Amino acid sequence: MRELTYLEAVREAMSQEMRTNEDVFILGEDIGVYGGAFGVTRGMIEEFGPERIRNTPISEAAISGTAIGAALTGMRPILELQFSDFITIAMDNMVNQAAKLRYMYGGEGKVPMVLRTPAGSGTGAAAQHSQSLEAWMTHIPGLKVVQPSTAYDAKGLLKAAMDDDNPVVFYEHKLCYRTKSEVPEEAYSIPLGKADIKKEGKDVTIVATAMMVHKSLEAAEQLESEGISVEVVDPRTLVPLDEETIVESVKKTGRLIVVHEAVKRGGFGGEIASMIAESEAFDYLDAPIKRLGGKAVPIPYNPELEKAAVPQVQDIVEAVKDTLKGL
Amino acid sequence: MNELKQDTVDSKEKLIPLYKQMWLIRYFEEKVDEFFAKGMIHGTTHLAVGQEATAVGSCAVLNEDDMITSTHRGHGHCIAKGAEVNRMMAELFGRTTGYCKGKGGSMHIADVSKGNLGANGIVGGGFSIATGAALTSKMKNQGKVVLCYFGDGASNEGSFHEAVNLASIWKLPVIFFCENNQYGMSGPVKEMVNIENIAQRAEAYGIPGHVVEGNDVFDVMSIVQEAVDFARNGGGPTIIEAKTYRWKGHSKSDAKKYRTREEEKEWREKDPIARYKEQLIAKGFFTEEEAEALRKEAKQEIEDSVEFAKNSPEPGLETLMEDIYA
Ligand SMILES: Cc1ncc(C[n+]2csc(CCOP(=O)(O)OP(=O)(O)O)c2C)c(N)n1
Repeated sequence: MRELTYLEAVREAMSQEMRTNEDVFILGEDIGVYGGAFGVTRGMIEEFGPERIRNTPISEAAISGTAIGAALTGMRPILELQFSDFITIAMDNMVNQAAKLRYMYGGEGKVPMVLRTPAGSGTGAAAQHSQSLEAWMTHIPGLKVVQPSTAYDAKGLLKAAMDDDNPVVFYEHKLCYRTKSEVPEEAYSIPLGKADIKKEGKDVTIVATAMMVHKSLEAAEQLESEGISVEVVDPRTLVPLDEETIVESVKKTGRLIVVHEAVKRGGFGGEIASMIAESEAFDYLDAPIKRLGGKAVPIPYNPELEKAAVPQVQDIVEAVKDTLKGL
Repeated sequence: MNELKQDTVDSKEKLIPLYKQMWLIRYFEEKVDEFFAKGMIHGTTHLAVGQEATAVGSCAVLNEDDMITSTHRGHGHCIAKGAEVNRMMAELFGRTTGYCKGKGGSMHIADVSKGNLGANGIVGGGFSIATGAALTSKMKNQGKVVLCYFGDGASNEGSFHEAVNLASIWKLPVIFFCENNQYGMSGPVKEMVNIENIAQRAEAYGIPGHVVEGNDVFDVMSIVQEAVDFARNGGGPTIIEAKTYRWKGHSKSDAKKYRTREEEKEWREKDPIARYKEQLIAKGFFTEEEAEALRKEAKQEIEDSVEFAKNSPEPGLETLMEDIYA
């Protein structure tokens, strides 16, 4: 099968959807001839025109609110924010409007919109352009939160997000954009709330998200050569969360490490750890649950410091070894 | 338009250094561009080549203890407000001797001791900070003025309108200074606002608004001088819009498909440095040769700053968790 980059997969999912559903349109800053900050929408304005690939002024509050209004009245907007950090400016709309409207109206109306945005560190863009803020969104009932790690997942999950009748926040990791995998040409959907076991193993379960899936797989490969068998589970969507797959994996291996790039304190890893502690898998644990996450520091500019701020392959390798020692 | 104060117009001592400052900005930016291409500077940067007159002209009429807030395109503001190019270059190289100890990079350089409250990676992030700094000045009776740089694109953020409104009702000594370089990334100002001039927005907030030729140092100085005097005398905020152009792309990854070569050429012919040189020569303040010597000095200072940066230490990993809390 042909391979696509993650970035191309996202673009293909949107293009295919726009060809079949006239209600879908994209709005965001510089998504037209510029092709978006990372080039995701490159070429789309040529095919779909400026009415459906709508370049907006720099006004995240207005464009997120506009997307909500359009969604509530029959359109299916996709909103691109240039960096996920800028969600702060759209936060009121996402938290107080998008997430709440349907419930407050007693089930009247719906807000079928997708907010797509690149997240994460690793490009040297420093503290205001490198954050992983997904945990904020998971705290808000009414929003769904997706974090694909591969091109295949990105295409299928985005299709599901676009078909969903609820507001979905779709995080794309900047370092994932250039990764490649086999991607079918036809449109397909990966249900939200379905985790994927990226690698089977029996000694320890790593639950990892976004770029940390790739780093965990690299760590698993290293450990394999030392005779340690690691299972890597990618939840793919945080809300809804596929608790069952994670619980089953932990029951099998008896050990759990959660790895994400977001700051560990208050991060989603705490939620997964608690979920396991409350589940039947708790009785199967042979070692304390371990969480690896970003340090509680703004992402620094210097490349070495930037790397030190978030988990790296070696940190994951060591965490697995510690866990196997029961530490 | 107010005449620029006569002593400023006539002051060779004041005007000549500005010429060198413009070259410092130009050469700094070109160096950064070059090192980016070579992969020696990482992250992203936004260059202000072609916009030297707005930074230099506006800072020239501020007092040393007046303050500025800057933007993602802030190297020029930083230099004009008195920063050392050595420490700026070191920051872009991520070294400990940089203004942010290698932790901030291009978009976050601040020099609070010189009244530079910081560049900003968030478009529109500076509006309310400037308003707050002006509030301090007013509440503590400091007599300081704050100049808030922003782009045409940034004027579409809600924060602009909220900050200007607040500053206007409280009559705060802040000048909202728009460097209208015609584009916000790829968005032409013509398509992003439905008015001719950003400065017209002042009317909605009951404050003065001025449009100025942004490639002319004298024009910029004189209009900012007027706003500074107005603010210092308790008149409150002003919006100034300076029309200019960025010669380079928005940032390193910009194919510039949204504009034409003809347009770029047209603006290059309005080079603010060349124009300023002509003006100073016409005034008899220096000769072509003397101007050339200043240019060379600036070039050398930038070369030296690169050496300084390269020879500066990388921050050790033990510094990662420093400076999070006071
Ligand atoms: C809140 C926010 N939205 C978007 C961006 C991405 N971005 C950085 S600079 C820029 C264009 C800014 O245009 P303008 O204000 O006109 O300043 P210029 O770049 O022209 O100097 C954009 C969209 C950002 N950094 N912050």
